[in-house]
Amino acid sequence: MRVTFPHMGSSPIAFKMLIEKLGHEPVMPLRPSENTLSLGSHYAPEFACIPFKILLGTYLEALERGAEMIITSGGMGPCRAGYYGVLHEKILRDLGFDVEFVVLEPPQKKTMDFLRKLRRITRGKSLSVVWDALSTCWQKLRVLDYIDELSYEIRPRELEKNETTRVLEECYQIIDSAWTREEIRESRVECEKRLRAIRTDKTKNPLKVGIIGEIYVVLEPAANFDIQRMLGDMGVLARRSIYLADWTKNNTFFKGEDHIKKAAKPYLAELVGGHGTLSVGNTVLYSREGYDGVIQLAPFACIPEIVSKSILGKVAKDLDIPVLTLFIDEQTGKAGIKTRLEAFVDLMHSRRKIRREALV
Amino acid sequence: MKIGIPRTLTYYAYKPLWETFFQDLGCEIVVSDKTSKGILDKGVEFAVNDACIPIKLFHGHVHNIGNRADFIFVPRLINLTGEKTVTYCPKFLGLTDMVRASMPDLPPLLDFRIDLREKWKARRREYERLGCLLGMSPGRIGHAFRSAKRALRSYRRRLSHGNDPERAVAELREHTGIPSLPSRPITLAVVGYPYLLYDDFVNAGLMTKLYNMGIRILTPEMVPERQLLIKAKGLPKDLFWTFSNQVVRSAIYYIDDSRVDGIIHVTAFGCGPDSMVGKLIELEAKQRGVPYVLISLDEHTGEAGILTRLEAFVDMLRYRRGEL
Repeated sequence: MRVTFPHMGSSPIAFKMLIEKLGHEPVMPLRPSENTLSLGSHYAPEFACIPFKILLGTYLEALERGAEMIITSGGMGPCRAGYYGVLHEKILRDLGFDVEFVVLEPPQKKTMDFLRKLRRITRGKSLSVVWDALSTCWQKLRVLDYIDELSYEIRPRELEKNETTRVLEECYQIIDSAWTREEIRESRVECEKRLRAIRTDKTKNPLKVGIIGEIYVVLEPAANFDIQRMLGDMGVLARRSIYLADWTKNNTFFKGEDHIKKAAKPYLAELVGGHGTLSVGNTVLYSREGYDGVIQLAPFACIPEIVSKSILGKVAKDLDIPVLTLFIDEQTGKAGIKTRLEAFVDLMHSRRKIRREALV
Repeated sequence: MKIGIPRTLTYYAYKPLWETFFQDLGCEIVVSDKTSKGILDKGVEFAVNDACIPIKLFHGHVHNIGNRADFIFVPRLINLTGEKTVTYCPKFLGLTDMVRASMPDLPPLLDFRIDLREKWKARRREYERLGCLLGMSPGRIGHAFRSAKRALRSYRRRLSHGNDPERAVAELREHTGIPSLPSRPITLAVVGYPYLLYDDFVNAGLMTKLYNMGIRILTPEMVPERQLLIKAKGLPKDLFWTFSNQVVRSAIYYIDDSRVDGIIHVTAFGCGPDSMVGKLIELEAKQRGVPYVLISLDEHTGEAGILTRLEAFVDMLRYRRGEL
């Protein structure tokens, strides 16, 4: 069967292998483009957030290229993203596509439902094959997250512009070609070696920025105009609060976000769904760790992030850390984002300078 | 002691419950004025600019009672049905924190939080806590709580008959002295959240206009609870929000109802849950061939714009019936 799935950052590399190992043919989702977005916006409800529209566009593009099954994730609310699978399916059916739509719900909440759907995907495969596919996919996701993170550390210090980006592309190819557990482990070592070989300015102490917000626009460079790379090119070290593998782990059987929720508690005592509470908590944590600023990324009309935005103003004032909120919609342009980022970076530079002078 | 209650959002669904409770405890109640331009402007000033109009209005209403009350009652309703994955809209969940963070110089907020998923008795406990906070004896609190529940029950019963005199709709019917409906009136299901349907300012007099046109209006509150649960089974997955579930289920109920000529969905600009709700209703109505129109409200909604759209929709329905 020809299977497709959502595009989110570098993760398609791992899911491609998973689907191949399960004996299906992957229809690789295209990196979201303007065409994807306008296709999605055309059929999506007007006020659906941008991830909904991009995903719908991605599915439509994949269906044109012959996909027969779509695998995506569900959710239990109160963020509306948990309902997107249902609505995507209804819209696609209304458009006349006969596609098999598999929405994987969190396994700890709907165990039977999850296992039933897993069986639908893995039909006819032995348990050991399925286990191998799942565990290597997981391993690959972790390697991708690690390499991505490393590239964001190195980019602001690179001596030759765009060197990191070029090496990173090579790394993706190396990881993409790894198949067994051993190969994936080797690919990680090899990629790390290549990234570390980039000539950097060791003495530089770049500005540090934390990126918080809604998972899709934080993880998908096509949706956020590759903000982490843009900041890196400006010589700013941008770390993000969400990684796909960590997030998946924290939201299935393991709990790992309690310290963030605790940090958010004085300001926002309720879980408002999505990443709203985590955005507030992470801002508190970033300020404790001495970051120079925080950037909140969210789709226009994102419910949880609106809640956290209205609270972040007070957090920023109390803890004296600048916060820049960027709401992204169909009309957002790269130049606009860049201008605002440059102004924000200038602001952080001058804050640092004032502090240094105060110390002397 | 004066307790301020903002006249918006959940107020329309639970008003007798809270009013009876506080009055029975001997508190004075200050309800904010009816929504006006001034309240809206204040709301726009204080609330975060990306919020939807109901949230902005809530800020405005809180400001309106800010200097008249000793405490402001800001209910944080999480779950009142016991269903595992159903809560209120995330903006409602964070409302207390939003108000606290963005509005300076307020009297203390009466924190109030009910989540029936945690404990079966959470509701009673919370009212007891609230009563104790106001320095009342347990006996008195228990009495107030019971009579408050009775008040809510009878309020809901009246609502389900569609003739509650306190509702804006019916009030308007009395005031304007609208002639009784024609023998075979056009029947429209007007679905949407109570704080949009019953706030005559926000919806630019939508309900009054429909009455003036001689149309019979059906609202989500008129659908029996049991029917809603039956309709819920037709959906592949429940929505995550209490009010939205009520709207979707009642809309589907009315779509199946042969008495109904058309569906009007009233929504607020930028409403997150409604982007899902609207599309679900639209697809369902399209499948069954029931006329459907979406009316989106924001700060700039004008009477004339609403009237034009309503007239066009009703004319279309009359044409379908062969009356035109």
